[in-house]
Amino acid sequence: MTGPATIFDKPNTYIGQPTPRADAARLLQGRGRFVDDLQLPRMVHAAFFRSPHAHARILSIDTTAARAAPGVVAVYTGAELAEHVTPYVGVLTHLAGLRSAPQHPIAIDVARWQGEPLVMVIAQTRAQAEDACELIEADLEELPPAVDAETALTADAPVIHADFGSNLAWERKVDVGHIDNAFAAPDVTIVEREFRFGRHTGVTLESRGTVCDFDPSEQTLTMHYSGQAPHMMQVILSRHIGVAEENVRVISNDVGGSFGIKIHTYGDEIAAAAAAKLLKRPVKFIADRMESFMTDIHARDHVVKARMGISAEGSIVGIDFHDLTGVGPYSMYPRTSAIECNQVLNLTGAPYALENYRAHGQVVFQNKNMMCQYRAVGHPIAMAVADGLLEDAARAIGKDPVEVRRRNLMRDDSYPRASASGMKLDDLSHQKALEKLVEIMDYDALRADQIKMREKGIYRGIGFVSMVEVTNPSPMFYGVGGAHIASMDGATVRLDAAGALHVSSSITEQGQGTNAILGQIAAGVFGVPIERVKVTTGDTATVPYGGGTWASRGAGIGGEAMLQAAHALKTQVLDVAGVMLQSPVAALDIRNGAVVDAETGAERITLDALARTVYYRGNELPSDLKPELIATRHYRVTDFPFVFTNGAMAAHVEVDTETGFVKVLHFWAVEDCGRVINPMLVDEQVRGGVVQGIGGALYEECLYSPEGQLLNTTMADYIVPMASEMPEITVAHIETPTKTSVLGAKGAGEAGTGGAPAALLNAVNDALSPMDTSIWQMPMTPERILKALGKV
Amino acid sequence: MSKTKDISLTVNGEVLTANVPVRMNLVDFLRHEAGLTGSHVGCEHGVCGACTIEVNSDTVRGCLMLAVQADGATVTTIEGLADSGRSAALIAAFTRRNALQCGFCTPGMLASAIAYVEGGGIADKQAIRDHISGNYCRCTGYQSVVDAIHDVVTEGASA
Ligand code: FES
Ligand code: FES
Repeated sequence: MTGPATIFDKPNTYIGQPTPRADAARLLQGRGRFVDDLQLPRMVHAAFFRSPHAHARILSIDTTAARAAPGVVAVYTGAELAEHVTPYVGVLTHLAGLRSAPQHPIAIDVARWQGEPLVMVIAQTRAQAEDACELIEADLEELPPAVDAETALTADAPVIHADFGSNLAWERKVDVGHIDNAFAAPDVTIVEREFRFGRHTGVTLESRGTVCDFDPSEQTLTMHYSGQAPHMMQVILSRHIGVAEENVRVISNDVGGSFGIKIHTYGDEIAAAAAAKLLKRPVKFIADRMESFMTDIHARDHVVKARMGISAEGSIVGIDFHDLTGVGPYSMYPRTSAIECNQVLNLTGAPYALENYRAHGQVVFQNKNMMCQYRAVGHPIAMAVADGLLEDAARAIGKDPVEVRRRNLMRDDSYPRASASGMKLDDLSHQKALEKLVEIMDYDALRADQIKMREKGIYRGIGFVSMVEVTNPSPMFYGVGGAHIASMDGATVRLDAAGALHVSSSITEQGQGTNAILGQIAAGVFGVPIERVKVTTGDTATVPYGGGTWASRGAGIGGEAMLQAAHALKTQVLDVAGVMLQSPVAALDIRNGAVVDAETGAERITLDALARTVYYRGNELPSDLKPELIATRHYRVTDFPFVFTNGAMAAHVEVDTETGFVKVLHFWAVEDCGRVINPMLVDEQVRGGVVQGIGGALYEECLYSPEGQLLNTTMADYIVPMASEMPEITVAHIETPTKTSVLGAKGAGEAGTGGAPAALLNAVNDALSPMDTSIWQMPMTPERILKALGKV
Repeated sequence: MSKTKDISLTVNGEVLTANVPVRMNLVDFLRHEAGLTGSHVGCEHGVCGACTIEVNSDTVRGCLMLAVQADGATVTTIEGLADSGRSAALIAAFTRRNALQCGFCTPGMLASAIAYVEGGGIADKQAIRDHISGNYCRCTGYQSVVDAIHDVVTEGASA
């Protein structure tokens, strides 16, 4: 798509500048506005009595003592709440065959994972509500749990939803080309590995929570929401709590990290909203850290058996794999828990020109916490499988992993084209990204160092990944399957009487710098100093309708809407200026807060003077001039289901073969997210994403006992990356703007998390290669590495 | 469970008196009783560092100290650091480096950073990393935070 050339080469553009975020000041002075900061009149607090078992029949629940406890306002069991909330089912029609059972916010007959809410207590303080929870007598009959995904489909596994006859939630097969023939060809080497990806979770530093309020006089429900998709939540509350959609207001102020965790429907939050309606007063629910570990969605949990065939010269002839993933007892509503597996099938090997591709994915129910979309959905699995096999195959045939990539990556001049799995691809730069990576990391020097260090008994490894990232999704991601989730976003730009811009957008801010880039785009395209742009996001009562910020769509989709709106307002203002100044519009421009002569830059009229005339002294304007100092535009991606980005990353690690510890010495990421709106913010997104990826590769895992008890529910037991053990991360860019928009921006927020685990896996296996061993399980804990080394 | 006690403490230069439940921790008192919501709670078990504040010139976890233990103490929170100008250089550096994303770890990060800077910490990135390793940040990946603190130490040395 092309646009007015003036948009990017104007003297006052902010697009492409490392402009600091205006929001930083507030957050650095302790003036953030997070959900738990809210203190409303008559507000009461919710706490939950949760299932202590992974699978149990609820025989009876006695809440008498809890109801009589000090400060208690109300107590609701699942059956009591079900009279006021309709159940939900996490299926979408485009994931053909996906099934899940109706789910209630609070379990009614059977508890299906440890941590599932069984009773909600509302009291004057959270402490009183927790005290009362201790007085609840629940008679629960433990049922045999289906905990392990790998045995969930066996004949003697307990079936979690009896009507379904098995624990299979969904499966899909892809078969392209003739994989068996390709693998049987002479001179083809086959490598085969079983990859295991542990469960981990987002650990947003601000836990999940909500404050909900209901005003019976106007029948309005307000949810203060720590999340990413206010309009999606508006529909959900309306449909399941029975309030007209237009009477539901969802407000998202500061969000203390989300990463996909806070975009789903959680029973405790829905129950709190229902309680607000029933009690006609504000109800606050803030998950404590233990509740977060037990109930924030988990991610990954895949076992992938995979094979790759490679010719003697190093051409990949095909990939064949089976992915099994356990998603807990339900498919999460409304986005479903089949998306991650679907992504694995779509994305594995997508950077490479493959002719033969066979994949089988199976999603199974189990009695663990629910699994759903967390940052880089499916990417860490897809990239680790393809690039793990690629480097394994390179070792098997004695070739350098960079050489093998050079031979197999899709050529930069070969687009548009499709991946083996049928994904439409365009505007990618795998070759350029790899060459830049090799250059900035000084690959040859690292290899030389590796050899030298090995002589001293120090085992260093270098690992790569070439990756794609799904960004800017079109309606084909959710809407097509019946989800009430917008794929379009809107932006409004308004000139006030003082010459300042007020902009609003349906995308949301969770720390990425959404508000900052919206301001940059509006200021640059329209032509005011950035200090004069006021940005509003995150309130369904005041912003245009749209999807929000997830799936790396904020900058690419919301940013384009803002560009279009700012450009439209500029045209409207210049039309007014042309009349006022008796000048052809083409001879005018808006720069730095004033209408100027386009040629010379000389000021003709300031924006505040123009606006004041329009607003206060319209009598001075011709009566047939109808000035509009506000413009709204919407944008959605057409022609492509997703706008793919690509990147190349490398990790340099040192493995201590005595202790099994992995030290990450350095990490490099070359990212092509199209036009970079703010290089500083993009770099920091990449770095933060890489560190979450390192967490998943080396440390983070939700550990369950065979009975389905989550064993690590504190931050001391569940390990996330700390400053002292993280490497410096070098970030570089290739800019191949997407042709689907004028702005040309693609997403960048998930790349690091999607790619880093594969690079780490490859680096560790490169380090272990002299010992002729390897590891294929994440996180790569010291114990597992020592096992691979045969030392424990 | 309803036992309470009278306390009096100085918070950001202002004397506060209150009757608090003995089981209430200091950060909950600051947030919900004193209305100083700048300090955050990420774990309530002393690991994440989001609640880090200054009590009598010591850096402490606000979730590991009871409000009644702060009776007679002098407490400084992120709001106080900003109002007095003590955190001005760090605020500027954090902004310039984008050393915060969601900002939830930021109050604790600043409290640890100021202890490092005012305590004569050196301009060594690994030393800075070690010092802030009690403050979890889930967004930034830490490099920008380390660089920002390093900047302030370097500026201080050259000032
Ligand atoms: S809230 Fe105090 S250390 Fe986490
Ligand atoms: S900025 Fe979000 S946790 Fe640090």
